[in-house]
Amino acid sequence: MADLDRRAFLKSSALAGALALTGCAGGGRRPAHGHVVVVGGGYGGATAAKYLRMWSGRGVDVTLVERSPRFVSCPMSNLVIAGQRSMADITLDYDRLQSHWGVRVVHGEVLAIDTAARSLRLADGGDLRYDRLVLSPGIDFLWQEIPGLDNATAQGSILHAWKAGAQTVALRRQLEAMPDDGVFVLSIPRAPYRCPPGPYERACLVADYCKRHKPRAKVLVLDANDEIVSKKGLFAKAWAELYPGIIEYRPQSELRDVHVATKTARLDFDEVRADVLNVIPPQRAADIAATSGLKLINQRWVEIDWLSMESSSTPGVHVLGDAIFPAPTMPKSGHVANQQAKLAAAAILRLLAGEQPDPAPLLMNTCYSFVDARSAIHVAAVFQYEPASRVLQPVAGAGGVSNARSELEGRIANGWAQNIWADMLS
Amino acid sequence: MKRLSALVTLLLLGGSPLAQTADPERARNLAATCANCHGTNGHAVAASGIDPLAGVDKRISLQKLRDFKSGQRPGTIMPQIAKGYSDEQLELIATYLAAQK
Repeated sequence: MADLDRRAFLKSSALAGALALTGCAGGGRRPAHGHVVVVGGGYGGATAAKYLRMWSGRGVDVTLVERSPRFVSCPMSNLVIAGQRSMADITLDYDRLQSHWGVRVVHGEVLAIDTAARSLRLADGGDLRYDRLVLSPGIDFLWQEIPGLDNATAQGSILHAWKAGAQTVALRRQLEAMPDDGVFVLSIPRAPYRCPPGPYERACLVADYCKRHKPRAKVLVLDANDEIVSKKGLFAKAWAELYPGIIEYRPQSELRDVHVATKTARLDFDEVRADVLNVIPPQRAADIAATSGLKLINQRWVEIDWLSMESSSTPGVHVLGDAIFPAPTMPKSGHVANQQAKLAAAAILRLLAGEQPDPAPLLMNTCYSFVDARSAIHVAAVFQYEPASRVLQPVAGAGGVSNARSELEGRIANGWAQNIWADMLS
Repeated sequence: MKRLSALVTLLLLGGSPLAQTADPERARNLAATCANCHGTNGHAVAASGIDPLAGVDKRISLQKLRDFKSGQRPGTIMPQIAKGYSDEQLELIATYLAAQK
């Protein structure tokens, strides 16, 4: 009993100390020092890099390693495929992260991470040492699950366009070149995958393009899942009202293989020939996260501690975004990656200062999807940390979806993109 | 020691407002959850069509947030989001953003 009291007393002293410090300057408590390396400059990584600099008063050194010279957004990229936006509209640079925030941006490829030595090896031969590492590498595809696509030639003609960039442009070209009475086949993998509503938005926007330019064309959605994974009622309504006779939806239609030369999708009991075959393959955490010895769940996604986003197995490595095993109902979205980045940045600065992270973090999600060139729908959720399960849990009674699609939400979706891009890069 | 223990219990469990304000960075962290749409520290991108929140009088933004939460104020997404935050969390956010220049 005395022991218990003593522990409680020590706890209360710590609490009293924390309370006494609330009166001090708002920027933080003890200053954080050290070097944080961030791998991946997408929604998670770029946000983490900026917020680590901003919240440390530029006291912590940050190096961002990103293979692409510029950032291309996956959100809004379905509008490019449909011809409603240009690549320039969804492409941003890393200049301000360097010039204004003082992030050292290295354009390169990470080959391997030595988590014991806290260093990583770059493809150009250089090494980077870190005090804390942020991995925000996104996803890679499980090509071996679609044998016909497990080679570079096949991947050059049967496109995913599920990482924005050259594939986005190429799929746009395939759609434009499709015969006027062609069939665009879209294959959706089993959840969880990156951006749950994204495939259904793509079906809408491709159908919107067909309605304007190829009214005899069809969009056939082959979904491995039992039903529409996200915003089901709203998408089903949009398809029925806006694209009758254009979009056909087949649930429980998991892709088993592809015959590349004839653009044929092979299902369990059926084969479907396409004029454009767009395959979103099954996914897991990107290779660099999946092969660095971090504990995975289902051999695919990194398990993390929700107070800090730190790997449950590997101290000093914080993992963000699509690569992690998510909290219940938490989607793999750019918005969530941005929010996780801030949670991680706050925790990392505490840990670098020798203190504990905020014990009650919160994050929220917002995803807009366009159902035609102008109208959008949303889904939203708020997640609060629950000490009993040690997981961020969705708040009951909060969140939800749009009442109906609207051009107002289409304008808000554009505003969302402008602001989140600035929040991560400006 | 028993009395001290009771005091400790009181301190540790003594109401959420105390627990909420115990972390000096919590207001900053909570306000950062608004930044995706409303801009870093509430500075929304000009002409993005989304309300900036930086420097807005605390009473005004807190009343808006409370009305979204209670359902008195209509909206597309904010009524759903506001319901996910406690009253203390909304107050911390409104206070933090009001102080942003």
